[in-house]
Parts: sequence; structure tokens; C-alpha cells
Amino acid sequence: MKTLSINGKEISIEAQDDMPLLWTIRDIVGLTGTKFGCGLGQCGACSVLIDGNLSKSCSIPVSYAEGKEIFTIEGSSDNLEFLREAWNQGNVPQCGYCQSGQLIAATALLDQTENPTNEDIDAAMSGNICRCGTYTRIRKAIHKAVELKTNSHE
Amino acid sequence: MNKIQNLSRRNFVKVFGLASGGILLGCNISGNKKAFLPSISDRNSFAPNLFINIQKDGNITLIASRSEMGQGIRTSLASAIADEMEADWKYITVSQATGDEKYGNQNTDGSRSVRTMLEPMRKMGATAKKMLITAAAKKWQVSENNCIAVNHYVINTKTKAQIFFGDLVETAASLEIPDAKNISLKETKDFNYIGKTLKSVDLKDFTHGTAIYGIDKRIPNMKFAAIARCPVTFGTVKTLDSSTAENIAGVENIISMDRMIPPTGKFFGMLGGVAVIANNTWAAFQGKESLEIEWNLGENSNYSTQSYNQKISNRLQKNGKLVPGSRGNVAAAFKDSAQIIEATYHVPHLVHAPMEVPNAVAWYQGDSCEVWAPVQDPQTARSEIAHFFNLEIDKITVHVTFLGGGFGRKSKSDFVVEAVALSKEIKAPVQVVWTREDDIQHSFYHSTSTQYIKGSLDKNGQVSGWLHRVAFPSIVSNFKPLSDYASGFELGQGFLNNPYQIPNFRFENTKAEAHIRIGWMRSVIHIHSGFGINSFIDELAIKAGKDPLAFHLDLLGKDRIEEGKSDVPFNSGRLKNVLKTVAQKANWGRKLPKGHGLGLAVHYSFYSYVATVVEVSTHNEKIKVENIWTTIDCGLVLNKDNVINQLEGAAIFGMSLAMFGKITTEGGAIEQSNFHDYPMTRMKDAPNIDVTVINNMETAPTGVGEPGVPVIAPAICNAIYNATGKRIRTLPLTDHGLI
Repeated sequence: MKTLSINGKEISIEAQDDMPLLWTIRDIVGLTGTKFGCGLGQCGACSVLIDGNLSKSCSIPVSYAEGKEIFTIEGSSDNLEFLREAWNQGNVPQCGYCQSGQLIAATALLDQTENPTNEDIDAAMSGNICRCGTYTRIRKAIHKAVELKTNSHE
Repeated sequence: MNKIQNLSRRNFVKVFGLASGGILLGCNISGNKKAFLPSISDRNSFAPNLFINIQKDGNITLIASRSEMGQGIRTSLASAIADEMEADWKYITVSQATGDEKYGNQNTDGSRSVRTMLEPMRKMGATAKKMLITAAAKKWQVSENNCIAVNHYVINTKTKAQIFFGDLVETAASLEIPDAKNISLKETKDFNYIGKTLKSVDLKDFTHGTAIYGIDKRIPNMKFAAIARCPVTFGTVKTLDSSTAENIAGVENIISMDRMIPPTGKFFGMLGGVAVIANNTWAAFQGKESLEIEWNLGENSNYSTQSYNQKISNRLQKNGKLVPGSRGNVAAAFKDSAQIIEATYHVPHLVHAPMEVPNAVAWYQGDSCEVWAPVQDPQTARSEIAHFFNLEIDKITVHVTFLGGGFGRKSKSDFVVEAVALSKEIKAPVQVVWTREDDIQHSFYHSTSTQYIKGSLDKNGQVSGWLHRVAFPSIVSNFKPLSDYASGFELGQGFLNNPYQIPNFRFENTKAEAHIRIGWMRSVIHIHSGFGINSFIDELAIKAGKDPLAFHLDLLGKDRIEEGKSDVPFNSGRLKNVLKTVAQKANWGRKLPKGHGLGLAVHYSFYSYVATVVEVSTHNEKIKVENIWTTIDCGLVLNKDNVINQLEGAAIFGMSLAMFGKITTEGGAIEQSNFHDYPMTRMKDAPNIDVTVINNMETAPTGVGEPGVPVIAPAICNAIYNATGKRIRTLPLTDHGLI
């Protein structure tokens, strides 16, 4: 028996130590917002935060995440909500499949960098592939989220 | 929902009372144009097929019959109905149709959903509005001429009284369907939604991880399956040792699967192999990896793309098969020419690699079967199941989930057939999930092509002759063995309808056998024709000492309209217009920063006109794409921001294939396996993209999803030439050390 903390909730599950966190979340816990894309940590579709750090859940064994705080697209945080609104305003997604991972990666970026430059965005977001090609919209939306957040403080 | 009966073919729209008190409109879209692909199955159904459901609370559910794979079709088609209805967008929800003949052709490919369905959708909305107005006039006992519909209400223009749509449902449901000739469509100036920007109806689900793709489908007691397939296409299992796999925790069953061979002319069948059934995806993947299988590789094991390409290049040095459509006398033109230019262009095999891998849930229950899958063509999936498992078609339900990208891969339902076969075997619901390696190594590959072009310039620098010799394995090889030459529909994608006014033109097709499964990928053969023709025009322009923009415009000749075989005429004036527009946007001809280059390309595909200018920069002999300007004329625009998004995406898709796209084989096996060796454009590569949509609202809508792709690779290569003097004739750029 293992206990995982996902989006602030404690969940008890049965899973082998070496099962990747991705499949534990999807098939055992039953949260399917985190996506499978490559299984090699190459595409970022499976991105989650573990203790606030951007992580490719397809390449991390569940045992590593025990006792740590896991944050997925089903969760909510200030930065994620500003990003969601910016994604909405910019009509960012096409097929939408990679966007869970994109939003989590962007959340990690804004958690660490208050007002990222395009170079910061390139560095932080290049681990996430969007086959539909929504990159320019994602870039604009990240800037927009910063603007929305700044305005909300005024 | 009530059982839908067969309807009279005379009525365009039919009304049904609903037990819930709502009204339901069905419409006949039998006017659908035939697909551009060869007839895979006959679906010229005249059944009533599309539905609006208006409820008493004013909520309207519209059924989307086409698959949503990122092209925004659920939003676009719904907006057309809502516009003609004068409905308020906030009351609209969209529900996804299952695969069923009654919806007309649901095959979501060929960039044709809006082109073929806009008018029926608008008529359906207009009919609903007419009925709501009639109902209101009846209630008020006034003439319909005094009633107008505005934003979910009918308003009495004399008294200013108003009634909510929902409150008219009961009366409207009792009315006769108005005659089609009394239905008029709105004028462009009156559109509320058409031509404007509407956000996707699915945005909230996309940003919260709640959109259900095929891979997210869960049903009680569902098992998970991964399948080991022979590395060589159509190879079979010789020996199997599954002892290690059987001992993996979670693995429940190992099943050998024979190939299912499709009948000539239709379907896709499945490859066969060895399936591992488990209680979670990871165990199934691990089990599959630990199978020890010796394969009978079969005749395709000789396929090496390197030696194949050499063989094709050799063949291209001799005459090919003359294709009808040639004109003038090329040999004489060459003889009288001032300059001759020859070039050979090559595009490797490519693979779609949608972010969501192929997958399907199937539940076979004796005499019936239910499927949930991300399919572009649910009707073919359904027909395949009926064929291979001997089920009555009515006993098969194919639920269409969201597609995490399609690009043509999910038109082929082999992964659905696999799931059904396994569910039948284990007598339980099962989800087949492909690994990314499976996806890269067992796909329906975009054809590799080699093309030889020889052109002549006369003493005035005018193009006098053009010999075009093309070889690529045909998509038809999937449906008919020994289809070693390109089919007419393939050559019609940009090659034979070369728009340039060249007096002497000869087209030849050279034999090219298929040794892997060949499929169509976003923009299909236009990838080849767009690359070859735009590259060669650029080479001719340089040789003639002319500016490429002026050269293109001059060679396109006077504005003319060609009726052609389809009912959508080709208009060279529109092609020239997108060229001029994009050149202006990119400020073509300006002085560029050091190391920068501009390149352009223009291509007509899926009845749309697209031109692109690319700006590249060079740093330490590496290329970076800095800017892309794209202009499209696709006639009437349904959802403007969605069109822009599609063109931005097409630019990135085109960049991926130009920079990195290359599938190779050795010993018949695909050598690439995942995103590390089949890379994609990433954020750091993404340029500024500026899309211009020509305002042409009075012309019928044409394709949007695909036409933005073919121009990108040639525009990049022409820009590289402009920047460096290096001519790229073989894709991808990684092979030239430029990335």
C-alpha cells in the first residue's frame, strides 16, 4: 500500500515501486488529464509538478513521488488559473492533447520566474511538443497570464 | 432519443417531436461531394442525418458528425447553424455523433468538412428559425412578416413584444416543415458568427484535462493491451517464448494474433502479432517488451530506403510512363532553348506522430460490439468490424472520442480492429494502446518521393519547356496489391494541375513499389508537388536572373478561371493575389540583415490558395527560421481565428517535416523509434508567424486544415538559397548539417 498526495488529497493505492508515476496516476488513481506521449521524457505530455518541480511523470517511478506533493492538471493554483484564462483568451489549443503538459510546464515557469522573457519561455517550454503547432499562441498566452496576474494585483 | 425513421427525400429538413418536449430537426446532406480519395466504401447515403435539438429551456444541442482532431470542426459547424437560427451562442452545446450512415459521409479528411457541410448546416439553422418565427406569429396571431428572430428571441416588430426560443418549442414542434423554397439564407453583412471569431466550445475541457480522448476511456472491468508486431511489414511469428512476460505483475494473458488482410479496394485490416493483456497499461507495455519472438520477416525484409532511393534515381534517368495532360513538344523546346536546368528533388518517408498514439477500447459481446476510439472515419471502422467479425452493422456502435491529433493516421482503423479481436478473444472490454515506438514503426507512412525536373529558358528568359518525372509508392498499394504507379488522384494533387503557363509540358510517372504501408498525411501528395515545383521555379528564376516573386507572377500568366473536373473552378487570379498579398506583408525585396534570406512559395490545394514567405537567419552555418508570413484565400471564412490557428499550426507542421522529417528502413524495419530520432519543431524553433486571411466572403468555402503545409518546406529552402547560395533539393535539413 502506498499513499500519494495528489493536488492536496491523500490517496491510498496498490502499485509496484517501479511503475512510472504517469501510469499510476492514469490507471490506478484514475486521473486521466495527464497524458502519455512518448514514455521517454521527450515530449512533456506527462508533465506534473513534484514538490513544485516540473517532472516528466512517464520517466519517474511512483516510489520517488511517495511523501511528496504531486500537482496535476486536475489541480488548481493561482498561476495555473491565470494561465487557463490566458489560454482561453488566446484560443490556444487545437486538439488539446498536449495542453495539460503545456499548462503544467508554464505553471512551473511562472512559479519560478515572475515575468519571463521569450528566451525564458523557449528554455522552459521546449520540453513540450505540440504536434498541432500552437507554440506562438502558448508564448503569447504566457505573457498574457503575467499581464492578467499583474492587473489582478492593482 | 426517438428512433429516426426514413424520411422523404423531397424535404430538406424534417421535424420530430421529442418525448422531452423538445423539437428535433433532421436534414438531408446528400449533396455531399465525393471524396478525393478512391472509393474506399460507398457512402452515398440519402438518409436524413444531421440534427438540431431545441429544448424548452432554450438549450440547443447540435450534433457534430465529423471528428474533432484540433481543426475546430465542432465549433465551426455549430456556429453556422446558430448564426442562421439567430441563436445565442451561450445556449449551444455540441454532442458527438457515433459512426452511422445516417449522418452522411463522416470521413474527416481532405479538408472538406466546411466545404461540403456549410450550406446544409446553414439551411438547417434557417429552417429552425423559420419555424420559430411561424410559431411566434401563431401565438401572437400576427403576420410572420412582423416577426424577426434576434439572439434567441422572436420579436414582434410592431408591438416590440418578444418570446424566448424555448417558449416556442411546443408550438414549433406541431408545425409542418416549411418548404425549402421558402427558406432564405442570411446575407454576409448580417452574419453574427460566420466570419467572426468564436472560441472553441471545448476550451474548458482542454485546459482542465477533462476532455476524453480515446486513451482516456475507462469502462468497468476493462483490460489493457499492448501488441508486439513484426519489425518488417507483414512478417509473422515463427516462435514465441512468453515465459518472462507471464511472470510480470499485472500481466494476465498472452494472445497470438494473425494478420487480418483487408479485401481488395477497402479497409485496413490489422498487422497481427502477439498481444499482452494486463490490468494496467504499464504492465502490458513491460510484458510486450519481454516477449521473446523470432519472426518470419517475409519479402519486405529487403527494403532498405537507401538502396531503394538509388534504384528510383536510376529509373528516373530513363523515360517514365507518359501521363495524359502533357502538351506541346518538350523535346523541341529543349532543342531551341537558351538554357537548360535539371534538378532532382527528394522527400523521405514521413510519419504523422499525433501526440495521442493510436488506441481503442472495444467490447465484443457475442452478437454485438461497442467501440470507443479516436477515429477520423468511424464509418469505415464500423464497416471493418462488421466485415472481419461477421457482425450485423446495426449491432456495432462506434463512439468517437476526441482525437489527440489525427493528420491522416487516425483515418486508418487498424488499431480498432486489434481491440475488437482481443475483446472477442478474452470476452472482456479491452483498451489497446500503442507505444510511441509502435506508432513510429508500424504506421501508414507518407510516401517517399523522388522527382526529376528538366526545364528550359528561351533567349528572353521565358520558360519554354518543362519535363516532370515523378516516382513515389502509391497509397493505392494499400487497397490493391501491385499498384506500382501513382494513381490519378495522387498526380492530380499539384502535379498535373501545375498552374504555370508553360507552352511545352510533359509529365511522366515512374514505377515505385511499396514495401511498407503507405498512407496519407496532412496535405498528402501536395507535400511533394509543392516542394518540387516551388523549388524548381525558384531555380529557374535565379537562372533567368529575375526576382522570384515577379517570375512566379509572370509565369502564372493572365488571370483565368479553369473549370476542371470538379465543380470548384481554379482561379489563377486568386493565386496571384495571395502571392502579392504575402509579398507585401513580408515586405519582399527589402534590404535584409546580414545572413538573412527570404524565400517564397505558393500552392493551390484542397481548392484553397496559399502563399508563404519565410525569413531565415544563419549563425555558424546553422539555419533558424525567424519569420513566416502566410496568406490564404479559402473563400468564405467560417471561424476566422480558427483559420489563423490552423495556418499557424500548418507552418509548424511544415517546419517539422522540412527540418527533421525522415523515416528510413534497413532490412525492412523502420530505423526511427521515438521523438529523439524523429524530432519535431519545438518552442525554441518556433518563429513569428503572421497569417493573413483574404476577405472573400461571397465565394464558397474551401479547405483550411491542410493547404498551409505544402508551401513551408520549399519556402524555407528557397530562403536558405537566398541567404547562403546553397540549394537544398533533398529533405530534411538535418541531413545537410543546417539544423
